[in-house]
Amino acid sequence: MVKAVLAAASTLTTQLVPTSRQPLCYCPTSGNGFSTGTDPPPSHGNMATEFHNLQDLRHTASLATKVFIQRDYSEGTVCKFQTKFPAELDSRIERTLFEDTIKTLNNYYAEAEKIGGHSYLEGCLACASAYIIFLCMETRYEKVLKKISTYIQEQNEKIYAPRGLLITDPIERGMRVIEISIFEDRSSSGSSSSGSSTSSSSAR
Amino acid sequence: MSAVMLPRKVTRKWEKLPGKNTFCCDGRVMMARQKGVFYLTLFLIIGTCALFFAFECPYLAVHLSAAIPVFAVVLFLFVMAMLLRTSFSDPGVLPRALPEEANFIEMEIEAANGNIQAGQRPPPRIRNVQINNQIVKLKYCYTCKIFRPPRASHCSICDNCVDRFDHHCPWVGNCVGKRNYRYFYLFTLSLSLLTIYIFTFDIVHVALRSVDSGFLNCDSGHCLVSLTPYCTVIEVLVCFFTLWSVVGLTGFHTYLISLNQTTNEDIKGSWSGKNRVQNPYSHKNIMKNCCEVLCGPTYPSVLDRRGVMAEDSLSSTPSPPTSDVVATKSNPVTPNTKTTAPLIPNEHTPDEAKPSIAAAAQKTTKEEKVSSPRDSGPKVSPAPIVVKESAH
Repeated sequence: MVKAVLAAASTLTTQLVPTSRQPLCYCPTSGNGFSTGTDPPPSHGNMATEFHNLQDLRHTASLATKVFIQRDYSEGTVCKFQTKFPAELDSRIERTLFEDTIKTLNNYYAEAEKIGGHSYLEGCLACASAYIIFLCMETRYEKVLKKISTYIQEQNEKIYAPRGLLITDPIERGMRVIEISIFEDRSSSGSSSSGSSTSSSSAR
Repeated sequence: MSAVMLPRKVTRKWEKLPGKNTFCCDGRVMMARQKGVFYLTLFLIIGTCALFFAFECPYLAVHLSAAIPVFAVVLFLFVMAMLLRTSFSDPGVLPRALPEEANFIEMEIEAANGNIQAGQRPPPRIRNVQINNQIVKLKYCYTCKIFRPPRASHCSICDNCVDRFDHHCPWVGNCVGKRNYRYFYLFTLSLSLLTIYIFTFDIVHVALRSVDSGFLNCDSGHCLVSLTPYCTVIEVLVCFFTLWSVVGLTGFHTYLISLNQTTNEDIKGSWSGKNRVQNPYSHKNIMKNCCEVLCGPTYPSVLDRRGVMAEDSLSSTPSPPTSDVVATKSNPVTPNTKTTAPLIPNEHTPDEAKPSIAAAAQKTTKEEKVSSPRDSGPKVSPAPIVVKESAH
């Protein structure tokens, strides 16, 4: 399986782009101004392969494996992801950071799918206009999805890419899974720590 | 790269999507393959309304009120808008798993099953989840290579897993699922109102005419007027037969909405019976259920139709690739082939998947079609719904 994944590594970088219209390299931006409350911790020398930003990731890394965070259906069909920490990420990222990311995403989705005054108003107004209003207006869900996309991009830049990880927006996987790609440093020189072996990720 | 840039046609993702949908307007419109009955629906609605506006409305506007044709026009436009919205939108199709995800799930299943002795059949692929203190079983879809979310089902006519699958409706030429259920309901409701409206005013028209000038009085000097009774008769006939089915369907769906059930669940009896699980999605309150279904959030489409295919994945293989890049590299494929995730055979494995386990060869859609006749054929019944689900 790992060989098959590695064989597609060269084309995979194009798959990393959330929307096909975005450029391949993520230029670090100042973001939308909203804070997530998590400050990126100082990178540890003994953590697995260091990458300085997403551009480094693309140039020097090869995809080792992918982890898929499944949906949590305990509250019904609302979009919610499991916060269980996967074993493959054990040596890569702190548990709290990961859980914070997932919880924030869950909160965003809960906000998008909340059934309350706002959604009723939107629904009734749209119905009265035979839903033509949706041609001009962005729905609340779409607005929240944009926020989510920005948040994921920010998390990738600040927290995940320096650790050789990449989160794919769930909307690109049918909102079924959060795909986290784990990268290995291709070049043997330049990084202060040795690359972690793939044995931990492939041992199941 | 050559110095001269030739204009290249951009390939959008809808062109390479698996499944049996047809797309129009560069991926903006999504329908099922068989559209004949949909055209019939359009013809009946537009034809009957055209006759009504041409023959009844002038008389009624003059003799009764000008508001009558105005309201009819508004109602007609609303019906058409809802019909087109139901027919053309994505019902909530779940995209198929990419190879890595499919492999990941396979490995999880393998790990969960443990060691199976040779010759013994592995257990069926079911995942149990607890929803609101009820155990719900999630089934594995062999076509889409995913565990279907709760309330999702695979439509074998469109060959897609659809979220909150209600039924496949040939009258609208599309599946009815999470994203377009409310439009479908509003379509049936407004069509019922329109049918009742036209039927009522046809009767009123005939009654008024018979009072004015005698019933079916044909004056040779006024040819157009003499056509009116025949048109009225046609309209009354169409409305009469439509009334029973559409009003009945609206009533049935109102019942389903109040219980927060889908047609699929109702027909399969998922939540009925003593030993069965109670519906975990119902709020146990009719108003809340109605509000959730009709006034809930408008879910986005998770099927990327209009995205542009990456150039690399197009040029790497001789045949047009799907989004499964790995699969296309390892096997020469036709566009509608399944991914090559190693399958573990079990009693629920469809027949066409079994040889692929040993040979790891790609199966074409032709073979898939050969095995699909074991599903029940489309039912033509008074209730204009077809519930299609493959026996996965």
